[in-house]
Amino acid sequence: MPRQAGEFTLGEVVHKGGMAVLRAATHPAHDIPILVKLPLLAEGEDPAAIVSFEMEQMILPRLDGPHVPRCLGVGHEPLPWIAMERIQGETLLPLLDRLPLPIAEVAEVGALIAEALCALHRQGVVHLDVKPGNLMQVGGRIVLLDFGLSHHAHLPDLMAEEFRLPYGSAPYMAPEQVMGIRGDPASDLFALGALLYALTTGRNPFGDPQHMAQMKRRLWWDPPPPRALRPDCPPWLQEIILRNLEPEPQRRHPTAAQLAFDLRHPEQVSQTARAEKLKRDPWTARVRRRFHPDHQPRLKRDAIAMAQSGAPIIMVAVDLGGMTPELAAAMHGMVTQIMATLPGARVACVNVLLQNLLRPDLTLDEDGRNKHLQRLLELRHWSAPLKLPEARLTHHVLEATSPGAALLEYAQQNRVDHIILAARAPSLGRRVLGSVAAEVARDAPCSVTVVRLRPT
Amino acid sequence: MRIALLADIHGNLEALEACLAHAAAQGAERLVFLGDLVGYGADPGAVVARVRALDAVTLRGNHDEAALHGPVGFSTLAAEAMRWTQGRLDAAAKQYLANLPYTHEEEDRLYTHADGSDPAEWRYVTDAREARRSLEATAARLTFCGHTHLPALFGLTATEKLLHHRPMDDLMLPLLQPRRWLGVIGAVGQPRDGNPAACYGLLDTTRAECGWMRVPYDIEGAARKIRAAGLPEALAARLFEGR
Repeated sequence: MPRQAGEFTLGEVVHKGGMAVLRAATHPAHDIPILVKLPLLAEGEDPAAIVSFEMEQMILPRLDGPHVPRCLGVGHEPLPWIAMERIQGETLLPLLDRLPLPIAEVAEVGALIAEALCALHRQGVVHLDVKPGNLMQVGGRIVLLDFGLSHHAHLPDLMAEEFRLPYGSAPYMAPEQVMGIRGDPASDLFALGALLYALTTGRNPFGDPQHMAQMKRRLWWDPPPPRALRPDCPPWLQEIILRNLEPEPQRRHPTAAQLAFDLRHPEQVSQTARAEKLKRDPWTARVRRRFHPDHQPRLKRDAIAMAQSGAPIIMVAVDLGGMTPELAAAMHGMVTQIMATLPGARVACVNVLLQNLLRPDLTLDEDGRNKHLQRLLELRHWSAPLKLPEARLTHHVLEATSPGAALLEYAQQNRVDHIILAARAPSLGRRVLGSVAAEVARDAPCSVTVVRLRPT
Repeated sequence: MRIALLADIHGNLEALEACLAHAAAQGAERLVFLGDLVGYGADPGAVVARVRALDAVTLRGNHDEAALHGPVGFSTLAAEAMRWTQGRLDAAAKQYLANLPYTHEEEDRLYTHADGSDPAEWRYVTDAREARRSLEATAARLTFCGHTHLPALFGLTATEKLLHHRPMDDLMLPLLQPRRWLGVIGAVGQPRDGNPAACYGLLDTTRAECGWMRVPYDIEGAARKIRAAGLPEALAARLFEGR
């Protein structure tokens, strides 16, 4: 066993997997716990293992943020190696010992995974091996591990030439991945859908097949709806799970951010017939999907169809108190324009209900509940002229003491891509942005459009 | 160290100057010219003089050879431009072109204008089979060539599979050790991949990365000179389209 990898001094073996070994390491310039990953090059080993390792060597140094381990270096002598930050946490594997999980926990862990996937997809990378062993829970977030099967939109894909066998994990692998199509972010959503199914029902939707023919069943064979196995599974959760188990990538959630949004706002999930299903599709439907040329799932999408930017979450901050008919018309016009060009986009209308700092328990009394409900109704009334279908429009009343901070926090938490809000009307004598608009424009994690009426 | 790789300048002085300025701003400490200084464009003499003064590794391309011996196997358009070019080069320029080598090797790198397996044959490297032929004929870990005017990166994986990648503009790509790679650098002076911006390669030897840089330049100026010289209109028009 080597003692050095570049300038990293190797210590004890921390983990030994099928394809690689992880060893603790130290480096004079890094004062953090370090892991060095080395490939296992056993005799008779699948040579694709080294290709996969090299893929990770290319991808990991180019990833950033709290949802991936920080790469500290890669090298190839004496063996290929990757040095990375050692994440202190536990994978989700222990969850599998106490299935089924409470519904609230399924939604929470699902949202955390979707948020991590969102961060990855925004960097142009599809993981392609989402499973409990590759998901590590660290405080209130998920860190994704093992990018050996991943696809980077802008890097040469070393694994693309290796698909004599599909690489991935049988219980979670998306149908398009089974067929050798790499690079669709929706493949990760399928894997997450399969995991949510397992966490909810206690069993894998497609079992754990070992042969290609069995793996291909997921192209046409639908698993029993979760509610058939677990009667207390709420319809909204079944909707989310079955939507992401759709064989066609185009029919799943448009982005991981939108999936996280739905898991965070169950009451706002737009439900289809999927939500109510208690039985599998009739056998005739399955036969049709399997054999009828017109009913085969379309697995390959072009780059445009899966462009992340085509399905943003647009937050419209509505200040009902400062609203005039003219301003409302201008905001509706702006939202309509943006939505017209982005068929996958959805709008979250948000209003801030100011709280009295001295009476923080206001919401608990009858008066507070009524106020909240009244605001929600007013917000729905305000958004009605947008004429957006239910699936593309949600409403949220935030209770807070500072509107700017509340809007920014909401945008951050929900991976909002674009904020639309109004500047204070010029008739109020303000020539600068209203303070809320200014604060949001300055500190937002995304693009901000400030709608303003021309002075007459 | 960062090395700028410039191929297929083809007498386009405006594109050359823009790329040289861009490369300097990117911290390129050295320049390597991968052949075809002349042909098509209206400034063959000025381009040869400029490159000559830079005292950089400079290779011979098929157009540089044709400037000495006349066009062989050229398209009508290319042949017409070459005969014009031949009349514009003085004896010193021709002498300089006549002394250019086909290839240059340093450390783990091979530079050549076309297919490295037989550089004087001027074969294109456009697909995986041609890239494999070039890679298997030499020992160099990295091969850089031009000639096709189409940016491409080919690589041999650990399982000896050959992959073909279309590099994204301005993005540094890893040329992972210990694998072997062949980079086809797009054209400085006559891009043909649909993007009219000049293209050159930026190699970072320390990080083992290479980027295909795209640089805007005065296309109007270059085209005006082509028209003023009485060269075929198509040679001016194609610069605007990158075809």
